[in-house]
Amino acid sequence: MNLSRDQLLRAYRQMKTIREFEERAHAEIMNGQIAGFTHLYTGQEANAVGVCEHLDHQDTIISTHRGHGHCIAKGADVIGMMKELWGSAEGLCKGKGGSMHVADIEKGILGANGIVAGGPPISVGSALAAKIRKNGRVAVSFSGDGSVNQGTCFEAMNLAVVLKVPAVFVIENNYYSEHTNISYAVGCDDLKARTEGFGFPVFVADGADFFSVYDAAGKAIEHARSGNGPAGVFAETGRFHGHFVGDPQYYRADGELDDLRENSCCLKNFRARVDGGGVVSAEELDAIDAEVMALIDEAVSAARAAARPTAEQVTEDVYIQYGSA
Amino acid sequence: MPEKTMRDAINEALHQAMAEDDSVFVIGEDVAGCNGSPSGKVGEVGGVFGVTSGLYKAFGPDRCIDTPISESAIVGAAAGAALVGMRPVAEIMFADFIGVCMDQIVNQMGKFRYMFGGKSRCPAVIRFASGGGFSAAGQHSQSMYQVMTSFPGLKVVIPSNAYDAKGLLLQAIRDDDPVLFFEPKALYQEACEVPDEMYTLPFGEAAFVREGDDVTVVAFGQMVNRAAAAIDALEADGISCDLIDPRTSSPLDEDAILESVEATGRLVVVDESPPRCGLTADIAALAADRAFHALKAPVKQVSAPHSPTPFSPELEAAYIPDVEKIKTTIKEVLA
Repeated sequence: MNLSRDQLLRAYRQMKTIREFEERAHAEIMNGQIAGFTHLYTGQEANAVGVCEHLDHQDTIISTHRGHGHCIAKGADVIGMMKELWGSAEGLCKGKGGSMHVADIEKGILGANGIVAGGPPISVGSALAAKIRKNGRVAVSFSGDGSVNQGTCFEAMNLAVVLKVPAVFVIENNYYSEHTNISYAVGCDDLKARTEGFGFPVFVADGADFFSVYDAAGKAIEHARSGNGPAGVFAETGRFHGHFVGDPQYYRADGELDDLRENSCCLKNFRARVDGGGVVSAEELDAIDAEVMALIDEAVSAARAAARPTAEQVTEDVYIQYGSA
Repeated sequence: MPEKTMRDAINEALHQAMAEDDSVFVIGEDVAGCNGSPSGKVGEVGGVFGVTSGLYKAFGPDRCIDTPISESAIVGAAAGAALVGMRPVAEIMFADFIGVCMDQIVNQMGKFRYMFGGKSRCPAVIRFASGGGFSAAGQHSQSMYQVMTSFPGLKVVIPSNAYDAKGLLLQAIRDDDPVLFFEPKALYQEACEVPDEMYTLPFGEAAFVREGDDVTVVAFGQMVNRAAAAIDALEADGISCDLIDPRTSSPLDEDAILESVEATGRLVVVDESPPRCGLTADIAALAADRAFHALKAPVKQVSAPHSPTPFSPELEAAYIPDVEKIKTTIKEVLA
């Protein structure tokens, strides 16, 4: 793996930041500090980071209802995000969007998205703009095994092939679309083959292994960026929490969650992979852990203290201009 | 000044907007036409109503983009391109097809700016051929604009003549918010004087098509001409009416309507959509809420019945409000 020391440290920091952001969000939701519906990304961190480490701020991503990880991986301000979860006027979206709509257009984050498979058509639009402008950008849409059965996902994949735009479809299979297993919800036996049937290559990754995702995503993004049309990444992964916070998870087998945390943890896998390699030491990773914990503490303190929105702000930001000029 | 049909006026606006600004492109089903066909006549179609005619030849395949029949992907592609700085004009062939791309319009395009805390802009225009008059039956005849008016974040434009269509479309393309542009297809062949040069008409500013003292008539789209004909016919009876064409239902020029109702004390609202939760009910409620003291008679609504649009020409003629029905209703509020 030809990653530099800085790249390795950065990738680990990003994954750890997502992990601790999510675990803290979980705790604060259970404490009643955060309102609304929240879907946690814990366990899937390597997917977001393995993809986004190939992107710069001019490339775009669009995410899902389980969007915190993708947004952090693409560079969203962690403190602004925590404030947004808190519903503060100082949040990244002024408390208007919350968990499911975190966005930062300047950083190429076209938003988390509360509609399953709402994102892929929009991502194709961003890719189309890149093709028209010939600016070498790519547009990545993150989807899950639930979204691949939505018509909008099919439409977007086909249109991307027809128009030969630099769209990358990242499918994270965490095996459950809400409470229903992929073995029931996807009618065919081979989702990768079904996706490739649209006419673009799909690169397979182990979603618990940053290096595997980084490798597959690199191939897909290179394919798209080089003007060959869309490409896909198919990663098998596992979420450590329920579909939403509070989900009783009746669909899990006995011991499934313990097994996931023990054997499919991207942070453990990363440490095992670099251990003894002489490039990055365990102590350095421990130091990152401490810095990340401090950052999350700071984010929560800032969110608790941040200004609350006022009733007058309800009708702000609907339009840029409304009514006659 | 040259006379142009609404179709030609819209087509001219598209040509001029694309020539002026290279971030403008059109996308939709058969907006060029014949792609991949053995005839080799790519670009010959220009949309099923001919509104995008000549754009492929003038601007090429990157700016006049044919798509598969995938309305959600068309709207999504326009919305996504707009989020990153383009000014797409997407065509959804018939307004009825909003049924298959509603999420991309309402939950995506219309809400980005709000959900993202005012930090995005989505200057996309989606054009639709709307309304009845072609015996096109239940799935190709609806207005739909009355439904879309209820969604915050979207602007809704309904031109009633070729002059307005050109000026409103150029405004829509320059506007930084997402705009839904409904072209009453019964008016595509109707002509009026339209300047060759570019001009814009502001949103939220109604046109006074007729001015009078006795009754305020508000009409949208295809109904504006019919309301004007009804009002002109009533002149012989000594009846004079204000005829207000709001031109945009969102934003709505409430002041123009209320000022007129204050002066006349009587209101008739005309639209070709079914009556429930539509524009006629909305404007009737506006008058009841804010001009009640001025009303001398009940507010009357002239609309299609609560029924799908029928196929048979006789049935459709009975379905869409006609001049006679508007005349009768105006007389009713004066009785």
